[in-house]
Amino acid sequence: MKRQAKFGAPEVLASQACENEAQDKQEHEDLVDQAYEMLDGSMLVDKTKMTKWERWKDNFKRKGWILIFIIPAFIYVLIFCYVPMYGILVAFQDYMPGDQIIGSDTVWVGFENFRIFFSNPNFWDYFKNTFLLCILGFIVGFPLPIIVALLLNSLRSKKVKKGLQILYYAPHFISLVVLVGMLKLIFGSDGLLDQLSIKLGGDVNGLKLFLSPEAFRPLFIFSGNWQDFGWSAIIYLAALSGVDPALHEAAKIDGASRFRRIFSVDLPAILPTIVMLMILSVGNLMNCGYEKVLLMQTSGNLETSEILSTYVYTFGLIGGQYGVGTAAGLFNSVINVVLLVIANFTSKKLTNNSMW
Amino acid sequence: MDKQQIAILKKQNKIKDSKTDYVYYGICGFILFLLAVIVIYPLYYIIIASISNADAVMTGDVWLYPIKVTFSGYANLFQRDDIWRSYFNTLAYTALGTVFNVALTIPAGWALSRSYLPFRKLIMAMLIITMFFGGGLVPYVIVCRALGLYQNPLILIIGGGVSVYNVFMCKSFFQSNVPEEVLEAAAIDGAGEIRIFFDLILPIAKSIISVMVLFYAVGHWNNYIDAYIFNIDSQFYPLQTVLNGLLDATASGEGEVVLEQMRLATQIKFTSIIVATVPILVIYPLIEKHFGQGVLVGSFK
Repeated sequence: MKRQAKFGAPEVLASQACENEAQDKQEHEDLVDQAYEMLDGSMLVDKTKMTKWERWKDNFKRKGWILIFIIPAFIYVLIFCYVPMYGILVAFQDYMPGDQIIGSDTVWVGFENFRIFFSNPNFWDYFKNTFLLCILGFIVGFPLPIIVALLLNSLRSKKVKKGLQILYYAPHFISLVVLVGMLKLIFGSDGLLDQLSIKLGGDVNGLKLFLSPEAFRPLFIFSGNWQDFGWSAIIYLAALSGVDPALHEAAKIDGASRFRRIFSVDLPAILPTIVMLMILSVGNLMNCGYEKVLLMQTSGNLETSEILSTYVYTFGLIGGQYGVGTAAGLFNSVINVVLLVIANFTSKKLTNNSMW
Repeated sequence: MDKQQIAILKKQNKIKDSKTDYVYYGICGFILFLLAVIVIYPLYYIIIASISNADAVMTGDVWLYPIKVTFSGYANLFQRDDIWRSYFNTLAYTALGTVFNVALTIPAGWALSRSYLPFRKLIMAMLIITMFFGGGLVPYVIVCRALGLYQNPLILIIGGGVSVYNVFMCKSFFQSNVPEEVLEAAAIDGAGEIRIFFDLILPIAKSIISVMVLFYAVGHWNNYIDAYIFNIDSQFYPLQTVLNGLLDATASGEGEVVLEQMRLATQIKFTSIIVATVPILVIYPLIEKHFGQGVLVGSFK
């Protein structure tokens, strides 16, 4: 407006200006309308004045298509994780393989399956075996990756550190069948260890570690750690790489040795990670993986190697006792949930770190 | 001051390691070296035993280097039909299964990483619960049976389709690696959610996709028990299940026959382990470089 006025006598242009103004306004509004159209009309509404529900609806209209990305995975989880939870009802039924979970011919038996399970003369052995195997595995397997990460992190040569890391990760990818196969070839009957011990003047029959109940837990825990200590150290190494180097330099100037700095600088830095992982592993404490235990079971070591989850597999599933198997599995899961809640509560009280 | 002088000054002013530090580095290096030996030796032993004379292996002479190098074990192994068949089965299960897994996991991780995802809290809670509580083995089998997956090799492809842990790993990757400005710019340009995902997100998700491919592919490759659980016909057995049979085999018969069988069985044990493991140890270093901070850290948040 002002620009136009500059070029002519104001009094002559006054009426024209009014006209122009109206025209300009119209053009401007058209442009704005076009812009709004391009933006889906989403900006026409003043969002600050919308109610929560309206805002949600508006968001859903504009960005709801994102749901399409989560739906397949969500449906999968519903079918393969949540429907089996509903299948826990089988624990209270006399269920025959092939039956519907709830059908016209469902026979409800209350806690009969649990009674059968708890009154099994070996129940306490299975429970004790599960608990010991898992708790010993945790005691050895939890600190080991932390120690390895701290040691690796303190190395001065980046190349050596990287090389060792790659090497330590590698066994993680070996399959359980191969791992147990290797164990048997080395520690089993007529394996390398037996042959070497015979050569060195040991018992001519060899040690036969795979047939002895005492050797089962050490072999299981040792091989498990052999496979996974490097892999588990990754998360700690990543946390350690986030430590500010200035902290180390300050500690160095104060005269702290490298060893001392592990406790004063490194360990405090990864403490939250340690606590979080501890809660997670306590929550899964009673799951020590029946796949590997099954592979390592022999007629000789059943005394220590039969645990709750292998009982679910051999007696419940293969033996066709679905009801009892489900009951035993449920018992195991419930212990896990209780442990998780306890661990989370304790850590909340002690360190203020918690999962929820 | 020239560069040399600066270098000398820098050297003089550098905080020196104390003597206790050298002791520490020595002990630390020794422990890590020892661990490396413990990790390598069993792998090394399997390799040298697989190319040694079977008698030398059975008497325990082979423990440091191969004796009377022979490849007859490999030759025998490759003559077996079941090995070839299961190898192809596993290749198929792994390829198809991994595509299925990744196609479910990456989009899910992306959707969860967006704060405007409708029902986000509910979905997150439902996924987290499955990490700590489930129906257990038997109800899982019952459900799969109802879906017609019993005695059906399809279960080896779609079983374990979504690992919630991996979904969360993708989620935190997208949260920390996608710049908000780019998304805003794309939205202003009129790109919808679907366009944004395929044109913007997938190209920058290469590293997380390769890590997911590795994790899931290793899972499929190493799976042996599902074939037993779902009672799959032996012609559809995956490699690991066949391998388990081979490794468990004991020789029967008498005299020279049993000895010959033992030789054969022993060699096949070592060679089959190698043949089953090599593919994984080959792809692992290719993907290892993606195990950076962006991918594996923060998966616990």
